[in-house]
Amino acid sequence: MLTNKRLILSHFWLAFIVFGAALVLGAWQMFVRSPLNTWHFNPEFYYRSVTAHGSAMGYVFPTLIAMGFGYAITEASLGKELVGRRWAWAGFFLVAVGAVVAMIPVSLGLASVLYTFYPPMVGNPFYYIGVVMVVVGSWIWVALMVINFVIWKRDNPDKPVPLAMYANVAGCLLWGWTAVGAALEILFLILPVALGLRSTIDAGLARVFFSWTLHAIVYFWLIPTYIAYYTIFPRAIGGRLYSDAMARISFILFVVVAMPIGVHHLFADPQVGAGIKFMHSVFTGLVALPTLLTVFTICASAEIASRLRGGQGAFGWIRSLPWSNPIMLATALSLVMLGFGGAGGLINMSYQLDATVHNTQWITGHFHLIFGGAIVIMYFAIAYDLWPHLTGRALDSFGMMRTQLWLWFIGMIVTTFPWHYVGILGMPRRMAFYDYANPAIAPQAFSVTMSAIGGFILLLSGVLFLLVLIRGQFGARDEAAAYRFAVPLHMPARIPVALNSFGLWLALMVGLTVVNYGFPIAQLMALSETNVPAVYVGAGR
Amino acid sequence: MSDHPLFSTRNPWFGISVGITAGVAVLSAVVGLIWLPLLQPHLQLTGVWDAICSAAGVPRAAVQETAVKPDFKTSNVVMTSEMLTKADQVSIGRGATLAQRCAICHGPQGVSDAHSPNLAGQFAAVTYKELNDFKTGARVSVVMSPFAAAMSDQDMKDVAAYYAYLPRVPSNNLDTGRPAPAVVVTGAPMRNIPPCGSCHGDIDNKAGSPWLGGQSVVYIKAQLEAFASGARRNDISQQMRNIARQMTAEEIDQVAHYYEAQP
Repeated sequence: MLTNKRLILSHFWLAFIVFGAALVLGAWQMFVRSPLNTWHFNPEFYYRSVTAHGSAMGYVFPTLIAMGFGYAITEASLGKELVGRRWAWAGFFLVAVGAVVAMIPVSLGLASVLYTFYPPMVGNPFYYIGVVMVVVGSWIWVALMVINFVIWKRDNPDKPVPLAMYANVAGCLLWGWTAVGAALEILFLILPVALGLRSTIDAGLARVFFSWTLHAIVYFWLIPTYIAYYTIFPRAIGGRLYSDAMARISFILFVVVAMPIGVHHLFADPQVGAGIKFMHSVFTGLVALPTLLTVFTICASAEIASRLRGGQGAFGWIRSLPWSNPIMLATALSLVMLGFGGAGGLINMSYQLDATVHNTQWITGHFHLIFGGAIVIMYFAIAYDLWPHLTGRALDSFGMMRTQLWLWFIGMIVTTFPWHYVGILGMPRRMAFYDYANPAIAPQAFSVTMSAIGGFILLLSGVLFLLVLIRGQFGARDEAAAYRFAVPLHMPARIPVALNSFGLWLALMVGLTVVNYGFPIAQLMALSETNVPAVYVGAGR
Repeated sequence: MSDHPLFSTRNPWFGISVGITAGVAVLSAVVGLIWLPLLQPHLQLTGVWDAICSAAGVPRAAVQETAVKPDFKTSNVVMTSEMLTKADQVSIGRGATLAQRCAICHGPQGVSDAHSPNLAGQFAAVTYKELNDFKTGARVSVVMSPFAAAMSDQDMKDVAAYYAYLPRVPSNNLDTGRPAPAVVVTGAPMRNIPPCGSCHGDIDNKAGSPWLGGQSVVYIKAQLEAFASGARRNDISQQMRNIARQMTAEEIDQVAHYYEAQP
């Protein structure tokens, strides 16, 4: 039962408009730094563009998707209207206004600090204020989801919370806690410097705070994708979810171990001890566990669907899957990209292997494959699945959807595989210009050209995606049946309280944060000689 | 729905999950903070506690060594990006009076054809730093050093504020249509040369980097050659020496002509 359709649709539309704009910037960036571009250009524009692309794709787009999808899940899975509709709109407008406030200084060249805004680089204060507004808007959503969860549990003390809602709240709690790191960094370290109250900054401490957010934010982006795997995919292909409990355990594992691992982004940083880095590395390894559980459960669910359709044999059942169904296609392509991206991730989290690829294009390739590939392709699937229920119109351009999904997959592979390769060759990331005429880097020219072509394939796919949605807005009126989620093979009548609540998991999440982050943060705060002069970006203009 | 209360040792979910989490944390701590550091002889650890402190990142006293001091003076000015950007009128006025003695070479309006740098509109931090370096001996000039020796810190700030206050005047060789050489626009990454404009103002201004537009070609060339040869070494952390050493004579010539033609 979707009541607040306009609210949900607004989130999705704004998310995809931002996505479209950022995608154009991305393709432009691919072009100007490739050998295809033979003209000199102002490299400053490149950094403006990277900042806008990263901030839009990292902070605004997935947050709006998670928020809109979260509201849809609340109403559809709990079967009642969202509590706090006005607050939800307030959150939406905070995110929208925050995005504009952040983008103005970026487009003026006053905050070309990239979306990671690593100090001592300091940009215009409005960039940070905008980012904080986006985060605060999303915190309203976190609070609303928790409130709706608690109210429903109070009204239904003997029923298990529907899986989709349970997973949704898991994502909220993870985001609520992980965003605290960057919020502390911005409020207490960066903003005083950006506003001119101080001129030095503890860059090391700021980076540690940011790593608190930087890795778990990926899992916040990932949760809607995993919810789609577990609760949309089995239903869409006419099967059942293999295990409800396994799904809950996967989301719980994300809540507990996604957080205390961010220091693996700081392997090359001197301000964190090697032992602390090792501990974070161990927990990073553990995060592979919920993903492996998920891949197993989703493949098992697919097998159930196939066998119900008459699929035979040890592998022959794969042929009997409904491949013409866009959700089927999207999920399969997503899992392939998740596999490659995950394998690369295991290399990044290993201290010694990371040294080879640290700050090279390998890293850019890695997170585009995981986020842009595996995660975003499921955002498309979520939109395709929800659209008829939100617009009350048929969404039936299936051929276009399949073409779009294939193009996204091919584009992402063509973009990121060469990136990984040139990363191994040592090509640094975040540079506007490469002199391909130089014999030392001339061999990278072909791969970079290839990845730029991949970028244009992605742009084409993005345009197709928006076309499908726009056609859906103007399609024939066709009131869809009530939105529902996948049913597990064995519907749980009773489940352990641990799998129906979050108290224990929150305690473990906060506890592990204290164990893994407590010492480095306390030490850096206690040391007095760790401040460095801020470097104001765009100060000379 | 509830079998045992969740936060109770009788609930197996509690015991198992807390046990596994704590077990992994303790095990990773023991391996990362004690075992692995002790396996590395070069750390010269004195025991378990030393290993823990070292691996946790507690700063350790460095081995006592006497630093090798250069046999020449280095700049003692600490540059920050906001430095001397807000001058008051009194300071500018004092600077105008003090600058009378500079006029013979640098021109009454901070512009001259004597191949000495044009100071009108120069960033205050730049003029201040150079005066300071002349005074301390970090930069040496038979003409400038005696002038600077007699100046107080406030005198230097005032003169710097005055010249920053004057409007920039284009040189007689102004030619804005002149194409920018590659080294100005993109630098030469493989030789570790950043684009000139990324510090000197066209793209971004980094504290202490002078505005180069309209400076005499003779002066720019002389300074780049002095940096390259090591005759001038008051650039902090050898920033300009490292760049100038990597530049070809042709590039130095192109850059000097390009900047002279800029406003």
